[in-house]
Amino acid sequence: MEHYSMNLTLKIWKQKNAATRGAFETYQVKDISSEMSFLEMFDVLNEQLIHEGKDPIAFDHDCREGICGTCSMYINGRPHGPWQGTTTCQLHMRAFKDGDTIVVEPWRANAFPVIKDLVVDRSAFDRIIQAGGFISVNTGVSVDGNTIPVEKEKADKAFAAAACIGCGACVAACKNSSAMLFVSAKVAHLALLPQGNVERKGRVEGMVSQMDKEGFGACTFTEACEAVCPKEISVTNISRLNAEYAMAGLTTDKQHGS
Amino acid sequence: MKWSEFFTSSVGKKLVMSITGLSLILFLIVHVTVNACMWAKIFVPGDNGEVFNKAAHWLGQTLVPRVLEIGLFLFFIIHIVQGYVLEVKNRSYRSTGYAVKMGAKGSKWYRKSMGLLGTLIFLFLVVHIADFWIPSRFGGLNEVQYPDMPGRTYHELYGKMIEVFQNKWVVILYIVGCISLAWHLIHGFQSAFRTLGVSNKKYLALLNSTGIGFSIIVSLLFAMMPVSAYLGWVTL
Ligand code: SF4
Ligand code: FES
Repeated sequence: MEHYSMNLTLKIWKQKNAATRGAFETYQVKDISSEMSFLEMFDVLNEQLIHEGKDPIAFDHDCREGICGTCSMYINGRPHGPWQGTTTCQLHMRAFKDGDTIVVEPWRANAFPVIKDLVVDRSAFDRIIQAGGFISVNTGVSVDGNTIPVEKEKADKAFAAAACIGCGACVAACKNSSAMLFVSAKVAHLALLPQGNVERKGRVEGMVSQMDKEGFGACTFTEACEAVCPKEISVTNISRLNAEYAMAGLTTDKQHGS
Repeated sequence: MKWSEFFTSSVGKKLVMSITGLSLILFLIVHVTVNACMWAKIFVPGDNGEVFNKAAHWLGQTLVPRVLEIGLFLFFIIHIVQGYVLEVKNRSYRSTGYAVKMGAKGSKWYRKSMGLLGTLIFLFLVVHIADFWIPSRFGGLNEVQYPDMPGRTYHELYGKMIEVFQNKWVVILYIVGCISLAWHLIHGFQSAFRTLGVSNKKYLALLNSTGIGFSIIVSLLFAMMPVSAYLGWVTL
């Protein structure tokens, strides 16, 4: 692809902290290379702001290679921007043209409060994982993975679900602010594998109950989550979660909370 | 997990929507079958409402449908109330909206509009119950007798139907109700099964196409009733 430079207008959400109200600020950037990543364009802008003695824009990022899930930007009305199956850090400026205006907002969900500018607090996801998204293993010598046979088809499905990077784009995109795609990816990943089988009932009960406590909505299968997920996690995982939940709810004989 | 937790969690609430919704779909099959009796004259020459009135009579006077009717109303109420509760709660989880909306980029409009479509169906339902169910339950319909059933009287529901559907606005309202029903079902039919846990892609594809076919055919059959009466395709 031909290399080109562009001048852009950026409308970016600025918010001092969780307690203050934010607003959009407009910035101009010049000579942005089409080969830059979206975050590199932000680096250029921030350097410019620091030179001018202004407050740089706070945004989350870590690996910049699409695997950690921290980069969270709602770009022109779509989490992670216009490219299918791509995180913000893997989005490149060739997705835009000279003269474009780009609007960048933080994830919007009450369960993800804004910390500053584009940075939101996603620790709700950590608490959901802590409520069951693991397998308990006593420490000691680790078992050779190959001694446990796993059907190929199941292994593939579990692997596809395990690809979730916990970025929260599914919540950001959902009209119900539902975290079901994220939760279902973890539940399905472990339920499909023999290692996860032992704790499967407690896991789905615990994770759904924590998800509800954190203030995420109920899934109505609008499928917006699947459309924006950078890891293209399938909504069929949500069906699987529903089945796991019904099975757990109907068969456990616990009389009190999970 | 206690039963109370099971049915009130986010997933449990959806299970309730799914089970009540699928039951209402079963009811639609019964309802549309009885409606179809209005065209009985195609098979029974000279019929003008007799088969229809007898079918309605059977539904209204037999024990099992009468008991099921109570359940039906209950399920309607649960489905409507729970639907609104979910809609309002789900909306409340995002206090600050986006400046640039996703629009059609994420999901099809009808998947996101179940509340609106449900409301249109609900409004239609109120008018519909006032038009037909209340008069047939609490009097207000003419009585007819048929020679093969001496001594029995039947509600002249057929005549009432023809009469009600002479009004253009009623017909339009019913058509709007049927169109809303079609879209509501296109999403609801397959969504209900996914909420029940169907994750197999083969079955999902089957349910999806069955759902679309079912929604269109059923809604079309329902809409044909006011249209046929208004245009005089069926007469007294
Ligand atoms: S399911 Fe997809 S969108 Fe949701 S947190 Fe995981 S990777 Fe992100
Ligand atoms: S910065 Fe790690 S996924 Fe984007």
